[in-house]
Amino acid sequence: MSSNSLTSAGASGRTGDKVFSGFALGAGALILLVLFSVATFLVVQAAPTFVANPSEVAGGEGFWKYILPLVLGTVIAAAIALLIATPVSVGVALFISHFAPRRLAQGFGYIIDLLAAIPSVVYGAWGVAFLAPAMAPGYQWLADNAGWFPLFAGPASATGKTILTAGIVLAVMVIPIVTSLSREIFLQTPKLHEEAALALGATRWEMIRMAVFPFGRPGVVSAIMLGLGRALGETMAVALVLSSGPLIASLIRSGNQTIAAEIALNFPEATGLSLSTLIAAGLVLFVITLAVNMLARWIVGRHKEFSGAN
Amino acid sequence: MATATTTIARKRSALTRGQLPSYAPWAVVAAAVILAAAIMALVGFNALGWGVLSAVLFTIGLVTWSAAAEGSRKAKDKLATCLVVGSFLIAVLPLVSVVWIVLVNGLPGLVTPGFLGTSMNGISGLQDNTSVNTGSRVLGGIYHSLMGTLLITLWATVISVPIGLLTSVYLVEYGNDRALARAIRFFVDVMTGIPSIVAGLFAAALFAAISGPGTKTGFVAAVALSVLMIPVVVRSSEEMLKIVPNELREAAYALGVRKWRTILKVVIPTAISGIASGVTLAIARVIGETAPILVTAGFATKINMDVFSGWMSSLPTFIYTQILNPTSPANPGPSVQRAWAAALVLIIMVMLLNLGARLVARFFAPKTGR
Amino acid sequence: MSKRIDVKDLNVYYGKFLAVEGVNINIDARSVTAFIGPSGCGKSTFLRTLNRMHEVLPGARVEGEVLLDGDNLYAQGVDPVTVRSQIGMVFQRPNPFPTMSIRDNVLAGVKLNNRRISKSDADALVEKSLQGANLWNEVKDRLNKPGSGLSGGQQQRLCIARAIAVQPDVILMDEPCSALDPISTLAVEDLINELKENYTVVIVTHNMQQAARVSDKTAFFNIAGAGKPGKLIEYADTQTIFSNPSVKATEDYVSGRFG
Repeated sequence: MSSNSLTSAGASGRTGDKVFSGFALGAGALILLVLFSVATFLVVQAAPTFVANPSEVAGGEGFWKYILPLVLGTVIAAAIALLIATPVSVGVALFISHFAPRRLAQGFGYIIDLLAAIPSVVYGAWGVAFLAPAMAPGYQWLADNAGWFPLFAGPASATGKTILTAGIVLAVMVIPIVTSLSREIFLQTPKLHEEAALALGATRWEMIRMAVFPFGRPGVVSAIMLGLGRALGETMAVALVLSSGPLIASLIRSGNQTIAAEIALNFPEATGLSLSTLIAAGLVLFVITLAVNMLARWIVGRHKEFSGAN
Repeated sequence: MATATTTIARKRSALTRGQLPSYAPWAVVAAAVILAAAIMALVGFNALGWGVLSAVLFTIGLVTWSAAAEGSRKAKDKLATCLVVGSFLIAVLPLVSVVWIVLVNGLPGLVTPGFLGTSMNGISGLQDNTSVNTGSRVLGGIYHSLMGTLLITLWATVISVPIGLLTSVYLVEYGNDRALARAIRFFVDVMTGIPSIVAGLFAAALFAAISGPGTKTGFVAAVALSVLMIPVVVRSSEEMLKIVPNELREAAYALGVRKWRTILKVVIPTAISGIASGVTLAIARVIGETAPILVTAGFATKINMDVFSGWMSSLPTFIYTQILNPTSPANPGPSVQRAWAAALVLIIMVMLLNLGARLVARFFAPKTGR
Repeated sequence: MSKRIDVKDLNVYYGKFLAVEGVNINIDARSVTAFIGPSGCGKSTFLRTLNRMHEVLPGARVEGEVLLDGDNLYAQGVDPVTVRSQIGMVFQRPNPFPTMSIRDNVLAGVKLNNRRISKSDADALVEKSLQGANLWNEVKDRLNKPGSGLSGGQQQRLCIARAIAVQPDVILMDEPCSALDPISTLAVEDLINELKENYTVVIVTHNMQQAARVSDKTAFFNIAGAGKPGKLIEYADTQTIFSNPSVKATEDYVSGRFG
């Protein structure tokens, strides 16, 4: 085939293709490597905690006794945040996508996006400087009037630096994120479905229930899960706002602690075994957020075929 | 309708029968506000309570009236509208409050001479006590933190953008649906969910293994931020590369252009505005991260321009430490003032980055006039 | 310039699915050949195999030979990039590069390959190519404006100018007028008539009048049914195909009695 004039040229030009695709592949592989090493390094550095004499680990009763209250504290704070943020976010997203005048809607959407970008440390500072003192009288009132209920058992924190305040700060942080994602999804509702509902004589609310919610449900669920991931892993707002302590049921007393805040507060002074313990705590947090993200993906994947999105 | 052929006598349209009159909401508002004021006057007046009570009374009033006059379907619609608008107001209140508090508390510190240009070097409780006692201006500033934030973010960007962009190129142009590409997509998703403090722990653990425990430098922080930034860059760039029409790639291939040149000279330039805006948003996201820097770069009060050695300060950690451990525990005022001013600077930076991302997306978009 | 194409026993697969089966066709240099046939019969797929553009589609592969003046495109060691620089292609929808000016669009084939070209040579090439595409007079005053600002027909002629600027031997056109209005279509058809002075042109079209107007020879492709491979049914002078076809299916199709 030496007579084929097409083979003569160009062999050199292929090098560029090979090098470039090699780089692209290398970058992708590097990400896998990084993630793999995140897991490995965390496990290796955390390992001493698991094998150490339980009495030497912080708290004196072994790692699991140490981490359990932190996990519960993390879950409580995130749960409070989501209980508040979910209805509000869906409402705000609906307001922007279907209720507000069109001209204003874009501006509102933009403002929400900006608020989603405000650093968490600022929300934390706001929480400790403004929200906590503002909530303190409310907590006092709750303790006086609803103290028989375990969640509101007194004595109320005089500073307002409680897990409930932390949860509210987390909610305020999470609202813009969930809103922003949900709004995108609501806006993608097929116009045809909406118009079909309106043409049947549905009121606006009925149209939203018939067309917008069924279409947006999986997307909104995944947005909420993302918000949950943020709330679980959020460090600064909690570290600044919460006056931490042992696990207690009351939401209006000082006490409770989250994993992320525990790490941030104790890391600067940690060495040796206590460092390992904190890293192990980070590992636990990683596993929890990973599980939440997987759950979100699973929900979205399961509902995809019914959503009419494709 | 001046040209209508028959003149219809003015009467109430059959189409509006059974509807609340157009003044109904206003009437209910007025009633609710007055009633709420009256109730508040009895139990002790405060503005927030008055507003909330008015809104609740308005909702009850309007929905009840609507249920009586228009039936339950319309009433439900009105209720939903009230709840949706109400949730918007509920969400806006704290958010406005955040911005307002930062502005009010941050401005005095920001306009203090030397705040942006000096560091905290040599500022101790002594100086703060003096400035509180004598009323002189608060000394010390954020220059070291500002530089730290800029350098750490710059390095994070330098690490993340090539890796992120090349990965997205791999995913869109080479990977298609291969197992490796699917694995990368999946793990990038996983990475998006890594809590920022865990990213910080990872970088700290990594460098502890490389150069001994307790290694804290700006570069370690940059690596930690990269772990958070890379997935954001990959996801946004992937989206942008995906929307480049296949026709353009085919046009280039049909001209005998090699794939890598097609990608570099046709695909990426077409998507560059979106990519740049995505990168800017990613920067805006990590520039405010506190936790990873806290565990990787430590705290510093001096100017340190070397990311490879020594502790480094940053705006978020500066805010955090100034609030949590005031320079003068007896007189936290000056520290708090500095913290709020730093928060204001940080917010302004983030807002500018967000605005910049929008402008980039708008002005560098290829002119499509099809 | 201008070479002939001979196809021997060509099969095209998408993965395991046989899309086009057993095509044998000889296309003369300096002629216009039209491929006609119903949608999904594989004529566009087949056209793409003539410059190996099908390889861009995932899973597409080919058996058989395509000879460009005797050289097999699918021989060992042939780089598809070399093939494509000798066999250009124009697509269904005009696709000028949106980031480039009109001038840069014409020079794209040269510039993207990083070949050095002096400014005067470049100017000459731009003018020659745009004149070759009947577009010079319309755009010579705005060569530095974006190409996407032109009308659809102008954009398509810009794409043709871009294709001829790399001086190919063959130009493949995949339904080049299907996204254009009648006036632009006419301009492109006129251009095709002129192009055959210098190039071998192969055009896929759904429009039978267009095939009759522009082509010297016509190939009719058909498909036996869904899931079956497309086949070349009849290939002859355009006159013969439209006035006196030898196969019943061809006659049905060109007279509009198809399916």
